[in-house]
Amino acid sequence: MAELITYREAVSRALAQEMRHDPSVYFIGEDVAAAGGVFKATKGLYEEFGPLRVRDTPISEEAILGAAMGAAMTGLRPVAEIMFSDFLATCWDLVAVEIPKARYMTDGQVSLPLVIRTANGGGLRFGAQHSQAVENWAMAIPGLKVVAPSNPKDVIGLLAAAIRDPDPVLFFEQKSLYPTKGEVPDGEIVDELGVASTLRQGSDVTIVALASMVPRAVEAADELDSMGISAEVIDLRSLVPLDTRTVIESVKRTSRMITVEENPRLCGWGAEIVSIVGEECFWHLDGPLTRVTTPHIPLPSEAALEDEFLPSVARIVEAAQKVVQA
Amino acid sequence: MTATETPTEAPPRPDADPQDVQLALYRQVVRLRRFEERAYRLFMEGLVKGTSHLSLGMEAIAAGFGEAMRDDDYTFCTYRGHAHTLARGTPMAGVMGELLGRASGVCGGKGGSMHLTSVEHGVMGSYAIIGAHLPIANGAAWSAQVRGSGQVAVCFFGDGTTNIGAFHEALNLAKVWELPVVFVCENNLYMEYTAIGDVTAVEHPAADRASAYGLESIIVDGNDPDAVYDVATTAIERARSGGGPSLIEAKTYRHGGHSRADPGDYRPPAEVEAWLERDPVPTYRTRLVDAGVDEAVLTEIEDLAQADVDAATEDAKAAPTPELQAAYRDVWADGGASWRN
Repeated sequence: MAELITYREAVSRALAQEMRHDPSVYFIGEDVAAAGGVFKATKGLYEEFGPLRVRDTPISEEAILGAAMGAAMTGLRPVAEIMFSDFLATCWDLVAVEIPKARYMTDGQVSLPLVIRTANGGGLRFGAQHSQAVENWAMAIPGLKVVAPSNPKDVIGLLAAAIRDPDPVLFFEQKSLYPTKGEVPDGEIVDELGVASTLRQGSDVTIVALASMVPRAVEAADELDSMGISAEVIDLRSLVPLDTRTVIESVKRTSRMITVEENPRLCGWGAEIVSIVGEECFWHLDGPLTRVTTPHIPLPSEAALEDEFLPSVARIVEAAQKVVQA
Repeated sequence: MTATETPTEAPPRPDADPQDVQLALYRQVVRLRRFEERAYRLFMEGLVKGTSHLSLGMEAIAAGFGEAMRDDDYTFCTYRGHAHTLARGTPMAGVMGELLGRASGVCGGKGGSMHLTSVEHGVMGSYAIIGAHLPIANGAAWSAQVRGSGQVAVCFFGDGTTNIGAFHEALNLAKVWELPVVFVCENNLYMEYTAIGDVTAVEHPAADRASAYGLESIIVDGNDPDAVYDVATTAIERARSGGGPSLIEAKTYRHGGHSRADPGDYRPPAEVEAWLERDPVPTYRTRLVDAGVDEAVLTEIEDLAQADVDAATEDAKAAPTPELQAAYRDVWADGGASWRN
């Protein structure tokens, strides 16, 4: 049996699944309890698990992540919500300097089985301070695992895997995907971090995408197909651990690759993929490795402007055509 | 020098003979003093690289809390953390080894002077970013609260920390959640190289902020091991019994500068002189002698402390540096550093 649910519903389903599975899982954040989260992604948890395990915090991001870190090192498996990923900047010390280094600096004395969930990315006309796609910030820090699902089934499976993981995981929920629907099977779903999905087989070009860019890449592949170009679409699903094997094996067959990312141009995760593929697949390539990104600008609020600058299906199609015809 | 005061509430004394407690406190301050003196010398000899932040002159705070805490309580301290790490019973050899960057160090040489940690002794880390560990100490206290373990987290920090946001975020959450945590501001009158009074809106950087978070204003003489022990016992007991957090301001003074490279000569000589007269180690010794403690007992404590420091130094010097491969260990829980397949 399978059920059609939204990406948003998948978040609360995953949390409920894991809180039932493990009594040491606690969930904290701003407006997450009775209010069910500003994106309503945690609806029902407070009612089922009560005020001790689903707890509202003040607007104090450092206090939220500090609580998660201290609790993780002393026997809990906390999940902390940072409402918008832009707000990670207000607690960046915890994200970048404290959490990822604790195990290493202490020679393995400290374990941090914690998850930071956050709503990431643009498309909702929120303007430049509530629309950033910042998964590449997290990817740059040794000691953090970085996950960004593209569909409801992956939200459940990967969030469960993140909560069960013994290391700190930054879990990026792309907020434009919250209303999107997908089929999920009944019963417990627990996936594996660091395994990419090949969503579509193809022979001319590999399109590597993440989160909100995945449905666009799939749509682009459909259009390319009608133009006689066979595109393979890979959903990376996690940036750390990074499934380079799936990407490299694909590019060795297709001999061409484009990456599609929501990050602004400089130092987006696509640059890292291009670098790895350039180094390890160079002699298999028949076209330039190409990145489709948001331009290197803050994201504007107005609808037409925002739509113009986030990577669109048309831009992906155009980039793929160019690479194939090169 | 500002007048200090101790809380009016009488602290519950443990079952131990009060004089046994005092001897234990003396043993602590002497051991911490001897260790820090040796650490300073080893830095000067170039055997310890990087930087160091010593607690010379501030030992009574670590000693008083160290004695008042239960074995399974949590210590969170700063980069000035040698004393707090030792005061929980962490072996000197492991701490000295860490300072010298040896494989025998408590962190295998990967932490260094600023990151001493010994989880088995309740030392949950030494944090080198101002303010970072106050929210983290809350987390350990929250965990203890929901697990019902009765453990208390004690978090030490300097006066400069009272001006950073994390201090305020942590105090507010600690009070709202009534966490079993004790925040201890070691007010040594200087945030790094600047007089704290020059950059702080209130006279008592921690105590004057307490009321903003519904907490009692507590100032203690941080150079008096008995006074610190008493205030620590009261606050820890309050936390353990569900009475919530405390914020304590312990007035003290650094005998040296902020860190190794700092001679501390921005401080008025008369001020330094006055505080040296209140050195917690000799003044406490005099108190014990005046109370009738046999000097031979104190001398034995001093000799043992010196012998322990000597042995720890020899142990550390003889230990190997970590193998290069250690750099790739323990990024992840699987023991490794791999980020791709």
